[in-house]
Amino acid sequence: MNTAQVKIAGVGIHPFGRFDGLTNTTMGVHAVRAALAEAGEPRFDAAFCGTAYGGVASGHKVLGALARTGMPIVDVEAGCASGGAALQLAAGAIRAGQYDCVLVFGVEKMPKGIIRSSFFEPWREEAGLAATPAYFALRAQRLLREAGLTKEHLAEVVVKNRRHGVHNPNAMFRKEVTADAVLASRLVCDPLHLWMLCSPNEGAAAIVLRRATDADRAAVTLASARLRSHLPGSVLGEATPLSGIDDSDITPPSALAAHDAYEEAGIGPADVDVVECQDTDAARELLAYQELGLCEPGEQAKLLASGATTLGGTLPVNPSGGLLSKGEPLGASALGQVIELVHQLRGEAGPRQVEGARVGLAHTVGRGANACCVVVTK
Amino acid sequence: MPARAITEGLFEIHDDGTIALIGGYSPSSARFHFPLLDTCPYTGAADVERVMLSADATLWAWTAVTAAPPGYAGPVPFGFGVVELVHEQLRVITRLTEPDPSRLEFGQPMRLVAETLPLENGETVTTWAFESASS
Repeated sequence: MNTAQVKIAGVGIHPFGRFDGLTNTTMGVHAVRAALAEAGEPRFDAAFCGTAYGGVASGHKVLGALARTGMPIVDVEAGCASGGAALQLAAGAIRAGQYDCVLVFGVEKMPKGIIRSSFFEPWREEAGLAATPAYFALRAQRLLREAGLTKEHLAEVVVKNRRHGVHNPNAMFRKEVTADAVLASRLVCDPLHLWMLCSPNEGAAAIVLRRATDADRAAVTLASARLRSHLPGSVLGEATPLSGIDDSDITPPSALAAHDAYEEAGIGPADVDVVECQDTDAARELLAYQELGLCEPGEQAKLLASGATTLGGTLPVNPSGGLLSKGEPLGASALGQVIELVHQLRGEAGPRQVEGARVGLAHTVGRGANACCVVVTK
Repeated sequence: MPARAITEGLFEIHDDGTIALIGGYSPSSARFHFPLLDTCPYTGAADVERVMLSADATLWAWTAVTAAPPGYAGPVPFGFGVVELVHEQLRVITRLTEPDPSRLEFGQPMRLVAETLPLENGETVTTWAFESASS
């Protein structure tokens, strides 16, 4: 199916956090410069920039500041999966023979607090029906019920990811937390407490993709990057409709994207060594376990208790600390996950290193609905 | 006289203050939806009929919103959840009159009520909510 192998020639990241006084352009320049330097300052044929709140011509502003314009520059909005969508477009263009080298990057400065989105009509905000964490809470409540999980399991996910994040210099939160402290943090929407929710924030990330040549043989391969949207019907899906039908036989977008990404990469869930997944809230990570095929539905508690998904386990999930540690700058977060996996596969992750990692899976899902899964191999 | 609807087309307000949700039904897909659209959101079929949805439901998921989200000027905490309309088998996102999650149970009977809400500009509007039918 793949007509050309796509290599990751360079990566660069601007830390995720809150940076008053820094613009998207400044952060984007930082990330793009680092990625281009790692790739050996290549000429690139096109650029795709993921952003949801950046505004008109965000990508042009970054590349304009670097005097690297003239090629096609396309901004890509796909909610939380914006960076993943940009990656799919770039990889597809290389495979199709259109381009040899493409720059993919993402920039974001998220508004503080609950995300206000043009997605919702004004009346829906006025009625209190646009409270994003409340939708997460309803989905969490259903998952707890259907998978036999408790709030304590949610706290365990936070403890795990925050412990991982201690070792990530690009994360926003780098302190360990206890389960008791998580459960004692402010109740936002039952069953979700404040520390179980990721913080929307700011940051940038960049990846240079190149058609494989002999010189690139050792570089990490982008085996697949696949975006899917939702199928109709699910009331609590990321499409956030106002009504829905019984969705028990409707495949969610994350599972669709995972299926496509595994198929294109020619692997299955059992081949994966390390995962970065969308932990918008702690329950979202546990839902991803089953959507990505890491466990059977309802087996989350067993997987978590086994320690498999902790660093040192057989299938570490979110060794970067996840969004719960890094925060979530929408346009950059999917690329941040892929960059973590690149560091893991290169053996450069220091105290976060997953020993012998050869296959990595990244997963993002959010508004639209948009879900993207990326497989990297070496 | 009841306060104006929060937006047009979601529900009818009756003179006695009760309301009924306006939905759509597509005979070709045999499915209901809410709010009313020109096309069936499950099949894209254009044979949508305007229907009044039933007021009886069961509780499927719920929480309470503890801090006012952007653009919202009503009381907090407020109940928020999904009810399943008994006749239509349709799951509807809705405000709940019960702001304490511990007082609600899976599958309990719920019924539609009108609720008034303040807006940021001080105006009062009518919207819909579901309350416990066993209370």
